[in-house]
Amino acid sequence: MNDTICAISTSMGTGAISIVRVSGNEAINIVDSIFDGNLIDKETHTIHYGHIKYDNTIIDEVLIMLMRSPKTYTTEDIVEINCHGGSSTTKKILEILLENGCRLAEPGEFTKRAYLNGRINLLEAESVNDLIVAKTDAARTLAINNVDGILTKKIRNIREKIVKILANIEVNIDYPEYIDEVQVTHNLMKDYIKDITNELQQLIEGAKNGRIVKEGINVAIIGRPNVGKSSILNNLLDEEKAIVTDIPGTTRDIVEGSITLNGVAINFIDTAGIRETKDVVEKIGVDRSIRSADRADLILFVANNNEKLTDNDLKLLEKYDSENLIIFVNKSDLEQKIEIPGNISREIIWGNTVDINGLDSLKNAIKNKLNLDNIVNKDMSYLSNIRQIDLVNKANLAIENANAALKNDMPIDLIEIDLKSAWEYLGEIIGDSYQDELVDNIFSNFCLGK
Amino acid sequence: MYDIIVVGGGHAGIEASHIAAKMGRKTLLITANIKNIGDMPCNPSIGGTAKGIIVREIDALGGLMGHIADISQIQIKMLNNSKGPAVRSLRAQADKITYPKNMQKALKNTENLTIKEAMIEDLIVEDNEVKGVITAEGERVYGKAVILTTGTYLKGNILIGSENTPSGPHGEARSNYLSDRLKDLGLKIIRLKTGTPQRIKKNSIDFSQMQKEEGDKKYWTFSHDYKASYDIDKQVPCYLVYTNEITHQIIRENLEKSAMYGGYATGIGPRYCPSIEDKIVRFADKERHQLFLEPESLYYDDYYLQGFSTSMPRDIQEKMVHSLKGLENAVITKYAYAIEYDAIDPLQINPSLENKVLKNLFTAGQINGTSGYEEAAGQGIIAGINAALKLAGKNPLILKRSDAYIGVLIDDLVTKGTIEPYRMLTSRAEFRLILRHDNADLRLREYAYELGTISDEQYKKLLNKKEQINKLLKYLQENHLNKQDKNIFKENNKNFPTSNISYYELLKRPEINLEFIKKLMPIDFSNEVQEQVEIMVKYEGYIKKAYKEAEKLKKLEEKEIPENIDYRKVTNLASEAKQKLEKIRPKTIAQASRISGVNPVDISVLSVYLKKEYNK
Repeated sequence: MNDTICAISTSMGTGAISIVRVSGNEAINIVDSIFDGNLIDKETHTIHYGHIKYDNTIIDEVLIMLMRSPKTYTTEDIVEINCHGGSSTTKKILEILLENGCRLAEPGEFTKRAYLNGRINLLEAESVNDLIVAKTDAARTLAINNVDGILTKKIRNIREKIVKILANIEVNIDYPEYIDEVQVTHNLMKDYIKDITNELQQLIEGAKNGRIVKEGINVAIIGRPNVGKSSILNNLLDEEKAIVTDIPGTTRDIVEGSITLNGVAINFIDTAGIRETKDVVEKIGVDRSIRSADRADLILFVANNNEKLTDNDLKLLEKYDSENLIIFVNKSDLEQKIEIPGNISREIIWGNTVDINGLDSLKNAIKNKLNLDNIVNKDMSYLSNIRQIDLVNKANLAIENANAALKNDMPIDLIEIDLKSAWEYLGEIIGDSYQDELVDNIFSNFCLGK
Repeated sequence: MYDIIVVGGGHAGIEASHIAAKMGRKTLLITANIKNIGDMPCNPSIGGTAKGIIVREIDALGGLMGHIADISQIQIKMLNNSKGPAVRSLRAQADKITYPKNMQKALKNTENLTIKEAMIEDLIVEDNEVKGVITAEGERVYGKAVILTTGTYLKGNILIGSENTPSGPHGEARSNYLSDRLKDLGLKIIRLKTGTPQRIKKNSIDFSQMQKEEGDKKYWTFSHDYKASYDIDKQVPCYLVYTNEITHQIIRENLEKSAMYGGYATGIGPRYCPSIEDKIVRFADKERHQLFLEPESLYYDDYYLQGFSTSMPRDIQEKMVHSLKGLENAVITKYAYAIEYDAIDPLQINPSLENKVLKNLFTAGQINGTSGYEEAAGQGIIAGINAALKLAGKNPLILKRSDAYIGVLIDDLVTKGTIEPYRMLTSRAEFRLILRHDNADLRLREYAYELGTISDEQYKKLLNKKEQINKLLKYLQENHLNKQDKNIFKENNKNFPTSNISYYELLKRPEINLEFIKKLMPIDFSNEVQEQVEIMVKYEGYIKKAYKEAEKLKKLEEKEIPENIDYRKVTNLASEAKQKLEKIRPKTIAQASRISGVNPVDISVLSVYLKKEYNK
């Protein structure tokens, strides 16, 4: 009851704005820490303009409603973040909040708090009570059922590995005179942590796949103005959504559209041409494009066959050079003037939107890059909901802390604290997390005592 | 008419009667044999991991065990000294003659305390309220509160092979009827088992075949007030012995002759204290097991063979012992045996250690399902304190899990119950980082002062220590490194920090300790203040986190559940939760949340219900 909870309060799906609500003692502090304005000494029931930042990048431009206890829905401090609609931005903000100390609210929890804090009267509460309980119970069962057998097994295996290490450490502590037992040294711990990190990384990678299946992936189309980005997008989407003209710089807003490949949603993000500009309005668009490109899962770089690559093009190619880059040379129907520098090793697809050429190759390239055939055909045992992913990330963070403590030469029993929280987080995913398990393990695996 | 009657002169009874008398209550300690007060019927040691910290806590609260162990020990060492500060713990070999002697002397010198020799076989009870006790001879002794600390004496049965002898430990008379009487009065009786290994005659042991285990070359005391004065070079060593394939073969071939494997025993033994036959069966692939020979006393010749407890018949025990290297010609002075005894179900006990069924009845020690001298003494002191507080019309002292190991111990017992004798382990304490050996006084002496169980002088000492700690912390925070320090870093092969940090920040670095900082600036503080500060600074992150968790829990501890709550009326509780809650009847929401089978959802439901019905 005393922790700070957060949740997306508007319905999921694409709307103009979404609201993320945060309630609890730390609500103002936590939001303040990710907001570029200042909320700490602001008055209650005020609205503040600014940006949500993460790792120094702007995630979204937002309005923040600050409501101090007790005149709020839950009677606790509440902060509501009004951000742009669209599930990816909203979810990103939610994730940042979780990373910064909020807990994901259970269904109905805001109402529950309102009740427990005495804001809703008893008569009202009588009816709310059943609702809350039903919801939480169902949600819990649902959440646990969501994790299918294979995944549960995977998590259980990792937990088993961890609990064995924990039990070993405990035995070393409680029975120091038993020198025949393996002593968990810093060196040994290093190997253990490495092993667990690998296992968790696999889960996290899997979680990415899970999200791909559930939410699709983002492909940012970048390139100089007028190389035909919008036309490619329109052809892929098969509809006129982006504005296509011959004047450079008309696409100032991000246009999203999706196609389905192997059952996975591919969301295309058309960016305003990334180039240096003095036009203020255009600059906003350019900056925004850079941000969308930085966040995307894949980058589609479009060049014009009929022109030479500019310095700016080369810079962009360098900046986004990675496994996730696809180069599409457009206007293959025109005379080839483009020269591809020898140092570019990424896959290049030639085509044009006049006789519609190369688009299938493009789709195939996307499929291959993301390994979609594999992802969708596999056992599909991915963590896919935000609660599970949050918990695995927390477990991973705990292991990272353990590693840092190890490097700082902290005593093993302190390093163990983080190891133990990782074990507990993983237990929460599959719904079992209890202390006695550890004590049982000590006595079933070690032989000690008078 | 006494205020408080304590039945049993073991480690629980001692602390209970001593503290109650110290709190001004007219107290009577009744024991079957006055010479056995403070006896150590099993291992000749006090302390050990986690247990050593309990002894420190008893001392902080004004109890006897720490000081008596200090003046009776013949070897002492700090366990886990190379590990983190949270898991360090003292262990002493206590002389089995000196310890009881010193203890008896201390009790005789305790004001308000009378000692009487008798076997108690019955209680005087009116309307579920205990009014006194009745001896085997039929004498009625009246008291306002009774504390039972009967150890393994309730229907004790000693098992050696197929032999089954009704007896207390070492052939002492047992109580035949008291547990039946408790059962009639509505208590649930459980049967437990424990064991003790052989004692070996010193001059029949070839120590040259064994590895020596010495005490620390450093002074230690359990007590916060007593200054060590023993000769560190005259500590008596212990010895490490190993079992071998021949030992294992003897045991395997004779397994069905043991009381436990032959089916002659009914009690449940502790997992952490398995008999040697258990170890051989359960860990069949282990080539050897460690055993220790510990001296029992300077005044007689027995060595205690730790790790070799068994319920095999005597002739097999002879073969087993003689198979050990260095013990080929060993003379066994006492054979190992298992002992079964009656205990009460700890779920019927309140966190104050007062019984839920019988008013004014308190229990402590093995009767509550624990094992170990320290666990017994820890409960004893709380039972004594709470009986005294009750007579004074005050609220009981309930130590939180973040206050003390004693708090963890009692909470575990009354919340989870136990099916085997309960031993304290550091892993049972989720707040072990704040439940340290070094800070027992800081944790508990405020309580003790309020109770009147420590003197003004002891309290002043505490306040002074606190002040000194703050002073040193401030000093480290306010002073910063300067350039002259550079040379000293160089001389000591340490890297000089690039930025102008405070000594406080400097101390956080793994390669820096206060001893080194002393070279940079004058520090004139006692060792214990320095130790405290070093721990507080070096592990600040972890410690803060632990306190934060403890704080969270404290809020739940404050949410009390009314005693008359009817769980049947709480709709939406899962039926398992309802059953468990009904059985255990937790005092607070926090305690409820620790019951296995009670889920977070149930806790929410219960919270909502309390809010609605009681506005809590």
